[in-house]
Amino acid sequence: MNPTLTIARRELKGYFASPVAFVFIVIFLLLAAFFTFMLGGLFERGEANLLPFFTWHPWLYLFLVPAVGMRMWSEERRLGTIELLLTMPVTPWQAIVGKFLASWVVVGIALALTFPVVMTVNYLGSPDNGVIFAGYLGSLLMAGAYLAVSAMTSAMTRNQVVSFIVAVVICFFLILVGYPPVTSLLTGWAPTWAVEGIAAFSVMTHFESIQKGVLDSRDVLYFLSVIAFSLFTTSVIIRAHRAG
Amino acid sequence: MIQVQNLRKEFGPKVAVNGISFTVEKGEVLGFLGPNGAGKSTSMRMITGFIPPTEGSVKVGEFDMLENPIPAKRLIGYLPENAPSYADMSVRGFLAFTAELRGLSGDAGKKAVNRVLEMCFLENVQHQSVETLSKGYRHRTCFAQSIIHDPEVLILDEPTDGLDPNQKHEVRTLIKKMGETKAIIFSTHILEEVEAVCSRAIIIDRGTIVANGTPRDLKMRSDQAGAITVKLVDGNGEAIKAKLSHLNGVDRVTILSERPLTLRVWPRKGSGSDDVSRGIADMAFQERWSLQGLQVEEGRLDEVFRSITLPDTKSTKEETK
Repeated sequence: MNPTLTIARRELKGYFASPVAFVFIVIFLLLAAFFTFMLGGLFERGEANLLPFFTWHPWLYLFLVPAVGMRMWSEERRLGTIELLLTMPVTPWQAIVGKFLASWVVVGIALALTFPVVMTVNYLGSPDNGVIFAGYLGSLLMAGAYLAVSAMTSAMTRNQVVSFIVAVVICFFLILVGYPPVTSLLTGWAPTWAVEGIAAFSVMTHFESIQKGVLDSRDVLYFLSVIAFSLFTTSVIIRAHRAG
Repeated sequence: MIQVQNLRKEFGPKVAVNGISFTVEKGEVLGFLGPNGAGKSTSMRMITGFIPPTEGSVKVGEFDMLENPIPAKRLIGYLPENAPSYADMSVRGFLAFTAELRGLSGDAGKKAVNRVLEMCFLENVQHQSVETLSKGYRHRTCFAQSIIHDPEVLILDEPTDGLDPNQKHEVRTLIKKMGETKAIIFSTHILEEVEAVCSRAIIIDRGTIVANGTPRDLKMRSDQAGAITVKLVDGNGEAIKAKLSHLNGVDRVTILSERPLTLRVWPRKGSGSDDVSRGIADMAFQERWSLQGLQVEEGRLDEVFRSITLPDTKSTKEETK
């Protein structure tokens, strides 16, 4: 069996052996429901779409996803199992991807369990399910980007708390540079191209266009490149750590 | 099987390992000795490919660890220092995971897991999670992991650390037995272990090899090697000392203790210990000494170890009176 899959499977078991996965899923579902129905007013709006559901995801993920990813490498370093793992006939890249995939599956499972909200809007009206699918895909990609950032920060330290905080700060930054209140602040004095250029680095910009149902390859590419860049940085950090 | 050439590792300005070279063939058990911080673990980490060396090369089988790490790592079983393992897994699950990473899945994996569970006496705890186990069991779990694929090369960093005397004995027997067919390097602080298990020993201090030979060779470097200990039930110590000093081939005599009367006779360079001890026995017979014991010292590894690794402080030339 492919070592990447072997590692991913072990990690996934690890998530469910500890309460991490369950706590994440339950809290994610509770908060998602709260935001969607109480703050988003899904029913009151009288529109058959999931905009109030997806709008909150960048913020919801901001704290929950780093909590899933924070143990990814810091735990290996703390326990010393990293020495075991990297002296196996496994490339660091296979280990990095395997661990990342496992954590992504955990978030994917949580996201999949929000299916009742899809059923609700379909029961009440006739939404564009293509847009809903795009929203889910965008949400999953965004979670992947956050997770890759968390993987990177957890490779930096053996302390999970430090890893969590640094990941939240980076993800927060990725949100802010495209968050309308911040961009409108910039438009006051900066040229348009500069504002747009900065906003292009934000998950907000790309997530918003996907959740409108516009599956632009540029947006997908953005998330994939954040993932690729962060995982690559993870491998650099791990190599540097080993080299002393 | 293992060729280490000019291995060097710097951590910033600190030189942890300073150009060590040695080889280990199949059927050899190499003991890695040295004080704490001498560079033992760092060397082992470089040999197993966990950390890259600053300079030098490691070859395992026919594969270079830097250029061809995956096939090289396939040949090695490794027990890292402190025997890490995934705390949240069961012993069986953990071993099955490592077997799978070693390319043993399905029936072959199951067989391999059962084999090492039996070899390391882990069958009773196989379904317990690692975090609930005592240190000795955890240690053996990680040791089991290192031999799960029946590797040709075994690298063990303090394999008997934290085990009770019975378990130590089991592990030593296991290492010795496996050493007949494999190339094994293991590090330890326990010198009697080296004598019991190793076919060769290397003493490493401050990153360099300061001694390399069979345990017997190393012991011969001891000051005590070849000295003769004479034990008597009673008698006048000074008088006996004077008599012994005049024996043929005797360099000097010291009294180790008065009661029971114990003396140490140092043969002169060039004269054999056997001749001198025969002379002592004859003298004891003629003088009607009540001889209790007569022993030619083999030399002691811990003394050699101390005198080699502590060149700055005065080495113990003579035992205290």
